[in-house]
Amino acid sequence: MRPFTYERATSPADAVSKAAGRRNVKFIAGGTNLLDLMKLEIETPTHLIDISGTGLDQIEPTEDGGLRIGALVSNTALAADPRIRRDYGVLSRALVAGASGQLRNKATTGGNLLQRTRCPYFYDTNMACNKREPNSGCAAIGGFSRQLGVVGTSNACIATHPSDMAVAMRVLDAVVETQMPDGATRSIPIAEFYELPGGAPYIETVLEPAEMITAVTLPKPIGGKHIYRKVRDRASYAFAIVSVAAVLQPDGSGRFACGGLAPQPWRVEAAEQLLPQGASAAAQRLLRDAQPTEGNRYKLKLAERTLAAVLAEARS
Amino acid sequence: MKFIKPAQQNPIDQGRVVGKPTTRIDGPLKTTGTAVYSYEWKDVAPNAAYGFVVGAAVPTGRIRSFDLAAAQEAPGVLDIVTYKNAGPLGLGDFNTAPLLGGPKITHYHQAVALVIAETFEQARAAAGLVKVDYARGEGVYELSDQKDSADPTDAAPDSSQGDFQSAFERAAVKIDETYETANHAHAMMEPHATIAVWEGDELTVWSSNQMVEWGRQDIAKTLKISPDKVRLVAPYIGGGFGGKLFVRADAILAALGAKLVQRPVKVVLQRPLIFNNTVHRPSTIQRIRLGASQDGNITSVAHETWSGDLEGGGPEASTQASRPAYAGENRLMQTRLAVLNLPEGNAMRAPGDMPGSIAIEVAMDELAEKLGIDPVEFRVMNDTQVNPDDGKPFSRRKLVECLQRGASEFGWEKRPSPPASKRDGRWLVGMGVAAAIRGGPATKSAARVRLESSGKLVVETDMTDIGTGSYTILAQTAAEMLGLPLEQVEVRLGDSSFPVSAGSGGQWGATSSTSGVYAACVELREKVRMALGLNAEAELNFADGSVSDGSAERPLTDALATGPLEAEGEIDFESRGDDHSYFTFGAHFVEIGVDVHTAEIRIRRMLAVCDAGRIFNPVSARSQVIGGMTMGAGAALLEDLHVDARQGFFANHDLASYEVPVHMDIPHQECIFLDGDDPLASPMKGSGVGELGICGVSAAIGNAIYNATGIRVREHPITLDKLLDQMPEPV
Repeated sequence: MRPFTYERATSPADAVSKAAGRRNVKFIAGGTNLLDLMKLEIETPTHLIDISGTGLDQIEPTEDGGLRIGALVSNTALAADPRIRRDYGVLSRALVAGASGQLRNKATTGGNLLQRTRCPYFYDTNMACNKREPNSGCAAIGGFSRQLGVVGTSNACIATHPSDMAVAMRVLDAVVETQMPDGATRSIPIAEFYELPGGAPYIETVLEPAEMITAVTLPKPIGGKHIYRKVRDRASYAFAIVSVAAVLQPDGSGRFACGGLAPQPWRVEAAEQLLPQGASAAAQRLLRDAQPTEGNRYKLKLAERTLAAVLAEARS
Repeated sequence: MKFIKPAQQNPIDQGRVVGKPTTRIDGPLKTTGTAVYSYEWKDVAPNAAYGFVVGAAVPTGRIRSFDLAAAQEAPGVLDIVTYKNAGPLGLGDFNTAPLLGGPKITHYHQAVALVIAETFEQARAAAGLVKVDYARGEGVYELSDQKDSADPTDAAPDSSQGDFQSAFERAAVKIDETYETANHAHAMMEPHATIAVWEGDELTVWSSNQMVEWGRQDIAKTLKISPDKVRLVAPYIGGGFGGKLFVRADAILAALGAKLVQRPVKVVLQRPLIFNNTVHRPSTIQRIRLGASQDGNITSVAHETWSGDLEGGGPEASTQASRPAYAGENRLMQTRLAVLNLPEGNAMRAPGDMPGSIAIEVAMDELAEKLGIDPVEFRVMNDTQVNPDDGKPFSRRKLVECLQRGASEFGWEKRPSPPASKRDGRWLVGMGVAAAIRGGPATKSAARVRLESSGKLVVETDMTDIGTGSYTILAQTAAEMLGLPLEQVEVRLGDSSFPVSAGSGGQWGATSSTSGVYAACVELREKVRMALGLNAEAELNFADGSVSDGSAERPLTDALATGPLEAEGEIDFESRGDDHSYFTFGAHFVEIGVDVHTAEIRIRRMLAVCDAGRIFNPVSARSQVIGGMTMGAGAALLEDLHVDARQGFFANHDLASYEVPVHMDIPHQECIFLDGDDPLASPMKGSGVGELGICGVSAAIGNAIYNATGIRVREHPITLDKLLDQMPEPV
């Protein structure tokens, strides 16, 4: 871990102004991912701005019937909120499928969206990694890739995004609200929030320097059956090999997004149109552009069968 | 004291304390955080500096140069140990790879530097500034590629009986299958850690180590000093599983660092380093050929096994599992060892037996099915009371009883037949069985016992408690021998200034170390007799704090008129002789569910029925067995250090990517011990049980998966990707 300086912000405006114009600065809230990465020198900020005192820990109704979730609402609090459990069950289920009780108590909504990949080559600083060290290469391609991405990847990076929560947010069409140092705010649909790796996998989101997530808003409830199905080798405390977040309507229509397959929650609206034809057609469309490795080709079939399990659960 | 078999009636037979379910006496210390582990000895070295290990970034090759300037100048840095200032080092008897690399690099993450600073954080930060220029060398990393160049090894000689080839050719029913097991990490909770303190030329290390005397000798040998100058202290050890049998880099680097900076140094191996820096259970490829008559009698057994290690290393001796297992006159056992440039392979829980049991016990399942015989019945039919490997009778073999008791308790008659015929909601359900067979070794072990004026009995031995319950069973033994309540016994362990014990490993610890305490207590009882002038011919009865020779009864404390009474004793098992084969036995039963869509595999329940003669403490013995079952579940379903053959390392080298079971993976476990004694085994009339939990259990899980799905996966761990292509379409 490199030495760093630390200060506390008192409001979102204070936080972004403290960050403005500085290089190598990071916001820290729960720190459940960032601190680990700093200890391994994967993240090497020289300055931390602690935003946990900025008051963004409320869940409030929005004018159009949705919910506005403060960026600092813990994963535990969000999963347990009665409105979330009632109207956005897929989100509550995705949250409790992730991490452990201790981590969910500490992890925040904004931080969860910004988790870094769990690619083993990203985690070993002796290995080439374009995400960690721009233009250093990718040791994962041709390496141990059983957990890694099959779609949306590039010849520079095959990492996946590890979040469960973000997959549910994607299927719910959440919007990420941010604040900029100049006082401007942005509302970024989650579909546009993440960047595909392309040749620059170190750029993971559209956030600009010193821009801070202040909230995530959910549109008004859409009803339907909410399912989050997470497939993993061990029964708990493991990242998804494949996950499916789905909201399915009685008429057979619905939405779904997948985790564990791509550098971001993977949702293809055209695939959803095929849901009435069954899992096979929808999964094939979802993964039409897949470029799996020998080590993770099984994820294609697994994604299809997991979607089939979700559809079966919705029918039952 | 020589152990003369069979053990005659002795005070242990009273069973007032030994054999009673007893919660561990060190439990409160552990649950309150007051048991002191190696890294936590604040009082012995309040001024300790902190060392942080830098691991090699290449798997083979040479260090061309170091650039240490930035690290040396970093805040708080005291100095940096490398091969350039460490002086000449020896190689411990139990080490294959040097614990400090350079200029030659032997494996990935081999230690190449120790950065020492005032605080841990400063040492870690400076370690990030150490620059090493490597000339990467060539290496080979894939066992399957090196299989054909593998050689026989003296460490596990080949053997044969009868004429395997022709018997196998003639066999009416046979199988010929190849099985693979993965590289495994010990992944113990407490990382390897040491505090080193020099006083003049005398070194004391507080170091997490299972084998105190081996450790003391190897530290001395590596540092090229006299063993008399080394003291090793390890009273509490947070798990070892074989990974702490031998000295590791933390101990040597802490000692070198403390010498360099002239003050105590503490070193813990950081978790992501441990997987490649230390040792692992090597992967295996095993070919099993079994031939049987039409009615199910095994006539021929061949077990060939391949594994790899660094030059000069040893094999994973998997044929051990087949040698004593089942009848069959015509046998062939072969071990081949390849040279690989991976990190050092070494002992992990039930080395050889554990991966070997996967191969032979799945093969037995396959042959039973081919014969149309129930797999429990098939094992019973081929039981043998004589070890077919050496022709000697087993001291005690209750495998049939374990299998039959287990089948009855588990509800084996409800096993789905044919395979893939039972569905419970989203789960395909199946059951599997396997035998657990593991050597019951015993070895020399000494102890000192002292009756103090307060009436307290103090036991001192360099035995370790690696979470196994040694403290408790040794206290039980001493309490039984002297007729004292358990609370009046204080056990002190893990210090090389105490008499040399068997240590903790190979399932020899429990029987050997309790027998050592027994021997010391026999001596102490004689001293009590003399001190009290009791009848030299009579048998003494020690009970309730008193001693009686039949005519007179005296309080024990009367024997302390001239001060505390102390005795040392040692048990010597050489006289146990080689006219018997000493083994322990058990049977594993597992019920499994496989998700009909995703092929996720989840254990539903597990049962082990074990027999090892007298069980000294059913509570700690059970903990040992269920711990082994859990580790075996990990090996069956999760654990796999993935070799990246381009980088020459284990890629998944942390606990997020090397998954071991969590509570939800193990919903229900049960362990039953058969009653009875084994007077041929030890004066305690029992053997250790720890490894019965892990031997065979992975095979039982694999067999249950086959029963659930009809899919036979011969490559462990069995993960969903290996099932998916053959999974039936869900209906």
